[in-house]
Amino acid sequence: MITLTHYLVLSAILFSIGLVGVMRRKNLLMLFFSTEILLNAVNVGFVAVGHYYGDLSGQMFAFFIIAVAASEIAVGLGLLILWYKKTGSTDLDTLNMMKG
Amino acid sequence: MEKYLYIALFAPIVGSLIAALFAQSPKNLFTGILTSGLIFVSFVSSMILLNYVDMDTIVHVEMMDWISAGNLSIPFGFVVDQVSVIMMVTVTLVSTIVHIYSIGYMEHDESFNRFFSWLSAFVFSMMILVMSDNFVGLFIGWEGVGLCSWGLIGFWYKKHSASWAANEAFIMNRIADLGMLMGLFLIYWNIGSLQYDIVFANIVNLDLDIVSWIGIFLFIGAMGKSAQFPLHTWLADAMEGPTPVSALIHAATMVTAGVYLVIRCGEIYALIPDVGMFIASLGAFVAVFAASMALVNRDLKRIIAYSTLSQLGYMFVAAGLGAYWIALFHLMTHAFFKSLLFLGAGNVMHAMDGELDIKKMGGLYKSMRPTAILMSIASVALAGIYPLAGFFSKDKILEVAFNDASYFLWGALFVGAGLTAFYSFRLVMLVFFGEKVHEKLGYHPHEAQPFVIYALTPLALLAIVAGFFEHSFHEFTTQLLADYEFTLDHSVALMLIFATSAIALSGIAFAVYNYKRGGFSEKIENWGVYKLLSNQYYIPKLYDVAIMKPFTALSRFAWLNIDNKIVDATVDMIARVIYGGGEKARKMQSGNLSSMLRWMVVGIVVLLALAIFYRPMV
Amino acid sequence: MFEVIAFYTFSILTIIMFGIVVFSKNALYAMSALAGGMIFISGFFFLLGAEFLGVVQIVVYSGAVMALYAFGMMFFDTTRDVKENIHYKKVLYSLSIISAVLIVIIMSAPIYSANIESLYPSVIEGVGNIQMVGLVLFTKYLIPFELAAVMLLVSMISGILLVSKRMEMNLTQEDHYEEKGEII
Repeated sequence: MITLTHYLVLSAILFSIGLVGVMRRKNLLMLFFSTEILLNAVNVGFVAVGHYYGDLSGQMFAFFIIAVAASEIAVGLGLLILWYKKTGSTDLDTLNMMKG
Repeated sequence: MEKYLYIALFAPIVGSLIAALFAQSPKNLFTGILTSGLIFVSFVSSMILLNYVDMDTIVHVEMMDWISAGNLSIPFGFVVDQVSVIMMVTVTLVSTIVHIYSIGYMEHDESFNRFFSWLSAFVFSMMILVMSDNFVGLFIGWEGVGLCSWGLIGFWYKKHSASWAANEAFIMNRIADLGMLMGLFLIYWNIGSLQYDIVFANIVNLDLDIVSWIGIFLFIGAMGKSAQFPLHTWLADAMEGPTPVSALIHAATMVTAGVYLVIRCGEIYALIPDVGMFIASLGAFVAVFAASMALVNRDLKRIIAYSTLSQLGYMFVAAGLGAYWIALFHLMTHAFFKSLLFLGAGNVMHAMDGELDIKKMGGLYKSMRPTAILMSIASVALAGIYPLAGFFSKDKILEVAFNDASYFLWGALFVGAGLTAFYSFRLVMLVFFGEKVHEKLGYHPHEAQPFVIYALTPLALLAIVAGFFEHSFHEFTTQLLADYEFTLDHSVALMLIFATSAIALSGIAFAVYNYKRGGFSEKIENWGVYKLLSNQYYIPKLYDVAIMKPFTALSRFAWLNIDNKIVDATVDMIARVIYGGGEKARKMQSGNLSSMLRWMVVGIVVLLALAIFYRPMV
Repeated sequence: MFEVIAFYTFSILTIIMFGIVVFSKNALYAMSALAGGMIFISGFFFLLGAEFLGVVQIVVYSGAVMALYAFGMMFFDTTRDVKENIHYKKVLYSLSIISAVLIVIIMSAPIYSANIESLYPSVIEGVGNIQMVGLVLFTKYLIPFELAAVMLLVSMISGILLVSKRMEMNLTQEDHYEEKGEII
């Protein structure tokens, strides 16, 4: 029998994979992929909890998260392309203009 | 009548605040006149209240709620009853004269305006002290006069000795105030209120031990303010302040606050005669002790200061033995002639360009006749010669001591009376008569301005006639205060009067005779007793060695070892850790997004760990 | 039984796919793996009875988002392997392992003791999941829904603006030129 715990553990594992990606990846595009993984991991958790509690709110949140992810990619990708056109690179290590 | 109460209370502070506005500006005669006028207004209001108050009518107002926290409720209340109205009249009368006198005395002082601001503020504090209807208001006034006294003793703060004396007075008073606060806490703890009427109504229900402690603690406060042994050293040093200050604060008003406190708490002390006896004994001791120091001192003002101390001792004898109205009476008459004496001394001091050594004066009668007459009147009054004011009040105190069968106290006071007469006339003789030493030293004395002399005449008048009000005073104050019953035979009383007058007269005669011939020979200065007395019984030295030196050493030790090596080092270490941490953590801020993301994950891990392992206390 | 098999299959597949996304050196592989992972995730949604969300997941992620990525990648050189110099690998992996363990503990600990099963089935007789979602979305969550719509619109406009406008010039220079042109 699959319980809520199974789903939550799965969600946690996926989230950790996302975290590894966030830390490991130096390419901005790959970084975006990793954030998608993070968001999806959370989505699985939400829907599972919503299901096991018999509440639709979990699904609603997952729904809104998908919307947020979509807009994030639209804007983020636009910026990424601009950055690439300006510097010819999508490497994070070149992105240190904020260094004081 | 409330109107007059408020006028009497607040007129001084109005003057003080207005004068304070000009504190930094050069001399402005206007401030002196304004403050004097306002004090006079206060005096007139007090006189009106004096006429108004009688057996049934006392003025009691509650201006506003002041402190109300939990069970503690202290309104801003003022009461004008038989005791406080006497104090009000005395204080405002002397203050008015001192203010007017100061216009002349401080004429050439650059801080003329500041002086009047402090002086009026002092009067205001004193009025709060005497008019408050609860112990907290009394304490506020108590601290207020302490503060103003500090500001006025150290008025010439550029002089090191003046600021030192100011601090000494302030610190000694703090020590005593701690005792007083303990007394107030005890009262509040056991009775739950600090209103006079409630406290006095309930004090009889308390355990006698507690009442004794309350009495002792309150008296410790009174000891500090009234400079009783062993806290007496500050009063003589306080003579560093301007002379009008000495006259007002250190003779007529503030130092008598301790006596006022004991009189006010008469209903407490009536329950504990043992403590009262102790107060009386200490008073008698101080009366002789201070008078003996006055015998040999060469400083004009210090002599008068010691005489003040001695007279305060007389008052405490009366108050300690339960003769409250007599203590109050002596307080009032003493205020008149002692401030007169001080103000006259101020004139002399001015005439001698600030010289205070009486051995350098002599023969000033020629150039300063009015002052000489005024000071002689005051000295006669102080010595207690009929029919001047001092005679009536001082004799009464001696009678009380005799009546109480405390012959030892009586003996001490009797000796004190002789000493008082002697040193008063030693002073008068050395200053005004005899050889004109000052001419050799090149001084050109001149009399003070006429209005200064005129201002002093009311005091002289009162020093002469105040004694005759004894009966009306008695009737008036015993409406509130417990009466003192004399069981002495009339003939015995008369004999006492004669004995006291005789010793006073002989003291005067001895002084006049002796100093007419040029005084004692110089040899006397080598006597051990002379040295002991002129060094004030080595008490200042003892304090210096026994308290100040060890304390300085302790402070030094604390500074070098505890403060520098522990406290400062700890603070420095915190700073160094933070600086070093910042230096290290600065590398974190590399601007590299990837490493920032890593730090973010570190933060997440820490928070998650906290979420698991940290259990807040429930 | 079917549920168990499906859950484990999808779990393993998703983890493998996402693992490829994170560890692959080739951007194209990574993107394809991500698309696959998204579809497997939708499998969980179907398993949990959220059919509508599963469909949305496939449409939005595998359709729209992946298409966006694909278009975006056309700008970059994707044939080359992505060069990344990774520092402090030990720190990285230990951090992620610690966080994974912690999250798993947090997630499992309270629920493991309660061991919640599907107590209140969300499916009401006769009413399908999509119908329910519609009902809830347009009543209780109407305002967030509208806000999400506005947000999507804004991001669409910004995406178009950022990428489309005078692609040959960069944005910061552009204003500069315009100002000059006007002055002259």
